[in-house]
Amino acid sequence: MSSRQGIVSRLKQKKIHEVLASGKRMDGRGLEEYRDIVVKTGVMEKAHGSAEVYLGKTRVLVGVSIQVGRPFSDTPDKGVLMCNAEFTPLAHPTFEPGPPRAPAIELARVVDRGLRSAEILDFDKLVLIEGRDVYMVFVDLWVLSYDGNLIDAAALGAVAALRTAKRPVHKVKDGKIELTGKMKALKLRKEPLAVTMAKIGDSLIVDPNADEEEVMDARLTVTLDEDGNICTIQKANWEGFTVEELHKALDLAQEKVAELRAHL
Amino acid sequence: MSALLENRDLVVPGDALYEGRIRIGDNTYRSQERVCATRLGLVNYNKNMVSVIALEAGFNPLTGDLVVGDVIDIGLGKWIVDIDAATNAALNVPDAIDAPFRTDIDMPSILDIGDTVVAKIVDLDRRRTPILSILGRDLGKVTKGFTIRFTPSKIPRLIGRNGSMVNMILRATGCNIAIGQNGRVLINGRTREQEEMAVSAIQKIEREAHISGLTNRVQEYLRQLKEEKR
Amino acid sequence: MSKVKKKTKKRTTKKTTKKTTKKRYDGREANELRPIKIESGVLPNADGSAYIEMGRNKVLVGVFGPREMHPKRFSKPDRATLRCRYHMSPFSVSPRRSPAPSRRDTEIGMVMSWALEPAVFLDRYPRSVIDVYAEVLEADGGTRTACINAATVALVDAGIPMRDLVASCAAGKVDGRLILDLGDVEDKEGEADVPVAYMPKLEKVTLLQMDGVLPPEEFKECINLAIEGCKQIYEIQREALKKKYGITDEEEAEE
Repeated sequence: MSSRQGIVSRLKQKKIHEVLASGKRMDGRGLEEYRDIVVKTGVMEKAHGSAEVYLGKTRVLVGVSIQVGRPFSDTPDKGVLMCNAEFTPLAHPTFEPGPPRAPAIELARVVDRGLRSAEILDFDKLVLIEGRDVYMVFVDLWVLSYDGNLIDAAALGAVAALRTAKRPVHKVKDGKIELTGKMKALKLRKEPLAVTMAKIGDSLIVDPNADEEEVMDARLTVTLDEDGNICTIQKANWEGFTVEELHKALDLAQEKVAELRAHL
Repeated sequence: MSALLENRDLVVPGDALYEGRIRIGDNTYRSQERVCATRLGLVNYNKNMVSVIALEAGFNPLTGDLVVGDVIDIGLGKWIVDIDAATNAALNVPDAIDAPFRTDIDMPSILDIGDTVVAKIVDLDRRRTPILSILGRDLGKVTKGFTIRFTPSKIPRLIGRNGSMVNMILRATGCNIAIGQNGRVLINGRTREQEEMAVSAIQKIEREAHISGLTNRVQEYLRQLKEEKR
Repeated sequence: MSKVKKKTKKRTTKKTTKKTTKKRYDGREANELRPIKIESGVLPNADGSAYIEMGRNKVLVGVFGPREMHPKRFSKPDRATLRCRYHMSPFSVSPRRSPAPSRRDTEIGMVMSWALEPAVFLDRYPRSVIDVYAEVLEADGGTRTACINAATVALVDAGIPMRDLVASCAAGKVDGRLILDLGDVEDKEGEADVPVAYMPKLEKVTLLQMDGVLPPEEFKECINLAIEGCKQIYEIQREALKKKYGITDEEEAEE
């Protein structure tokens, strides 16, 4: 488990590098191997859609809530998508209660960009009265347990939750909105999923756990849709990738995303 | 005066164990005329004492305990060490180097933040802060190997009677193992296979600590692992 | 941005309310608890944890500690500080609520601490803190009682020494009738809601609140009714703790 008071152990850092140099990982996985993945949908009854993703010991719960509200002023003819993430203090001894800090905000924004760039929903079809009432789709990413690679887990959970979500149906009558009492499934246009890789020394590994994230030199997340198009990229941490390493990572992501897709 | 349950019954906090006068041992407390459990565990009736063998308990630092910890801060004349206890431990300079005290000592060059040490608890100060020492055989800064976590209350099972369990793992895997009472185990093997075998065995002991016949099962398990390696 | 509507109770007195004979919204008897499921040791990074389903309530509790308290000046010199946090996820209710903590969340956190403290040997860990984080994933009335039930199991799972377990349950009055374990719709539309927490072996009440109007005799009846509910929940808590080790009370009785 990664350090409980936020200090990285030099011994652990050394050992991880040593074991990687011989092509292995501390938990026995191959360099390109994902941990065990479990995806459950429809787990929260009061949400319009929900999914829970277990990725090794990482656990993310995603809730989708859909309600009628005002559109953004620059897109009055489109529905709204809002992603929000919280690192609950249950997830790790170093997580403190409070408003989302930079890592939680990054998680929400990277997942959001993936969904938005791929145009997961047809936002034109989510309008009731242009400029006044549109459907707002809230995607809440709730981190319940942290052992690395929240992005892949959250992105998978977001797609799984949206896929199985049902929204209330309203009709417009005399310039007013009325509930019809019917529910309708959201239609997804695309299903973008994220593959995260970490560079430690000269090794490139897929699905870093918390210990590996503590010592990694750089991180790269590639989000891909079903056609293999890249929707989002995020590079993080303090070291750089060579161009060859980037190409290798892109190829690897294309290969690995199919494994994630199989869980939908 | 009587035992209210059977020996090795599983109890939860608040369960009454004994009615009347008797010496009380670990994980119990007196409530009026009765002795009750304070933790989840197995009740243990001896001739003249009742106690509970806790299945879940945090680390309770005692003088004399061997611990494995990480340096998390450097204070004035001392290092602050995380030993997974209710409060961090202190390692004063005179307990770290066997040399006369100098005011211009360069502490990070001896031990820096992020370093791991094997230490002994030599005292608990009046504020119950554990005081460590790394002077002594097999104590000091750790430069090789890695640590894993292990439930502190189950450590006696990992050690075994007179070290029988841990010695069995040592012999079967060829790894050096230092067991911190604080639930951190330091492992160092010559090959990665050896280390993985040791970790497997240790994790099995943690899972099955409460089931009798453990020593034989672990022996068999280690034998099987070695067979697979061939 | 929607504000959370404050719950208001219909104010009725004994004289004007006729006792009902119809079934409750989910078909339960007046003194029947909702189905309860508790699991201990579910969060790998917490020192102790528990998950509870009480009817449609779903709560996850993680315990961290005892550990160093920061800032140090808030720590107590002679005992540990028990710090409880109650928080609802945005999708726990419909319509969605803001993730920011509300004043109600803060009050419930305090009340949880008071309910649990009498059971914990805090003086064994001076200057430290025991953090209890309750996250309500789905809410359907009585969430604070669900949190206390799970928090107790999580504290034991964390190996923190305790005098007794703490079980919690609410009683109340709906349609003139005294009932046990109010669901959300009963909570909102009933005449009174009385949450109680109770230490069954020490026979002490550690949480008592009320929302609504009740004559004193009915209030006392509610307390008794809630305590009966707590005793039943206590048995479920015991089972949950023992289950992890593969020995339940039933199996012991058979041996």
